[in-house]
Amino acid sequence: MAFILLLFCVSVSGQQQRFPKPEFESGYVQPDPVTPEPRAQAMEYLDVLVLLVVLSMVSYMALKKRSRQGILWLSVFTMLYFGFYRNGCICSVGAVQNVTLSFFDSTYAVSVTALLFFLMPLIFTLFFGRTFCAGACPLGAIQDLVILKPISLPRWLRKILGIFPAIYLGLAVLYAATGTEFIICRYDPFIGIFRMDAPFHMIVLGVSFLLMGMFVARPYCRFICPYAVLLNLFSRFSKWHLSITPSRCIRCKLCTTSCPFDAIDVPTDEKATTSSRAGVRNFMLYAALLPLWIAAGGFIGSEAHVWLSRAHPDVYLAELLIEHPELKDDPENIDIQTFLESGKTMDTLVEEARLKREEFYVGSWILGGFIGLVIGLTLLNQVVYRRKEDYTPNRGECFSCGRCMDYCPVDKK
Amino acid sequence: MEEKAKTRREFIQSGTRMVMGMAVGGLAGLALGRSTTDEWVWQIDPFECTQCGRCATECMLNPSAVKCIHAFDLCGYCDLCGGYFKPDANELSTAAENQLCPAAAIERKFIEEPYFEYIIHEDLCIGCGKCVEGCTAFGNGSLHLQIMHHICLNCNECSIARVCPSDAIKRVKAENAYKVKGSWTNIA
Repeated sequence: MAFILLLFCVSVSGQQQRFPKPEFESGYVQPDPVTPEPRAQAMEYLDVLVLLVVLSMVSYMALKKRSRQGILWLSVFTMLYFGFYRNGCICSVGAVQNVTLSFFDSTYAVSVTALLFFLMPLIFTLFFGRTFCAGACPLGAIQDLVILKPISLPRWLRKILGIFPAIYLGLAVLYAATGTEFIICRYDPFIGIFRMDAPFHMIVLGVSFLLMGMFVARPYCRFICPYAVLLNLFSRFSKWHLSITPSRCIRCKLCTTSCPFDAIDVPTDEKATTSSRAGVRNFMLYAALLPLWIAAGGFIGSEAHVWLSRAHPDVYLAELLIEHPELKDDPENIDIQTFLESGKTMDTLVEEARLKREEFYVGSWILGGFIGLVIGLTLLNQVVYRRKEDYTPNRGECFSCGRCMDYCPVDKK
Repeated sequence: MEEKAKTRREFIQSGTRMVMGMAVGGLAGLALGRSTTDEWVWQIDPFECTQCGRCATECMLNPSAVKCIHAFDLCGYCDLCGGYFKPDANELSTAAENQLCPAAAIERKFIEEPYFEYIIHEDLCIGCGKCVEGCTAFGNGSLHLQIMHHICLNCNECSIARVCPSDAIKRVKAENAYKVKGSWTNIA
């Protein structure tokens, strides 16, 4: 009882001012605290409008006008506007996390602009292919403009590296859903370049990506970008898509070396094809293996959940305090000292951490299963036989940049 | 045979496209139900802030977008200001060695006996919170840290919020972008 009374006194005195505001006699006018307003909301909607216009124009340039020049200038504009002027935030790639968080955190509602940034490129891709990548993505634009002498990567390497974006997307969704952090934004290599200011290691990462991008074209887009997983999938089933030739392919092979991203499929070699029976057998086998991949991935993922959950501050702090109770006396450890001063009990912290870890357990099963599915599907795709007679862009991997169009000698009829 | 295969492929493709279109539509509908027309910005809750000093070092910008703000309404206009002077100051003068602020961003102005006004020069402030600590410990707590929105780039995830030990940095609606003490009180 006395304790409660004491607490009451403390809280009351805490609200009172120790030193009452003086009454001035000299006619002093008290200034107001300066609180400059954030960027006007209308400007955020302007960004959405700009994205819509750029997406429409790139799609028009790629599919109708067939102008690489036009796409190039649009990507320069995108790099300058969304990159250097808007400092790379908000972008469609990172908006994945905002949408995820709004589904899992009841206190957070995704802003309409972020939602539109997430949706518009997907819808455009469903109709026109990855025209977003061609000229409306600032991360893609800056890489596209530094391509100097692209080398061709072997197919197996591209396929293996191509699995990483799915892992990255899965991790980003897991960490956004659990309210841990936004890893896509944190490890965005180009944001430091757009802002001309970032921690040293991020600048090093950004510059090395650009240097590598001179020879391995668009390394981030092809082997890291998590949003590309969705765009790749959507583009495979797009209604229209950029075509290399304006009318009919004459198989002159002139375009084969034009694509810096190895995204042009060559016609099937009739002699080398396996018999259709073996093909079907292979397909059935790999399809039957799919559930196995999912189960194995899910199992491995769930085994990693303890490790994955350590990124969450509560789990990290709880573990640290249990394993090293002596750190409570370390005045240098800000996290522990703040926790001790906050009045939160150890039990509450451990309970919160345990609940968080349970979320991670479920999440890592799904994450692992998803990665397993992607690996299984990648393998399955290798045995699917698709008869191709012409040189066509690979719908999943093609960025619709339009470089190949200039190489085609066929006139439009 | 060729034609048949082609139409089959086209059928699968358009079918999948429709499914995907519906999936995006469904997702959009769900997300729209959870969306807000308001923008989010980051702001510090001054009642939860523990002045750990990370605001000065963890911001993507250098110097940080976090600045000290002075809620004059709460200020006692003390001569012996806990936010201005070092605890072991030689004398109550504006000499640099007496000042707590490492960037000399606080200007001390005589108003009338015995009152002094303290003004923060935002362009000098680095957001370290040393004055906030002093003011909160010895004074009224009128000095406190706020994210200044004409500097803040409004990163999708604030890099200070990620490491804030007391989770004092939260997303707030852009129409109420500041939590200035006095005009804004702690609900809890």
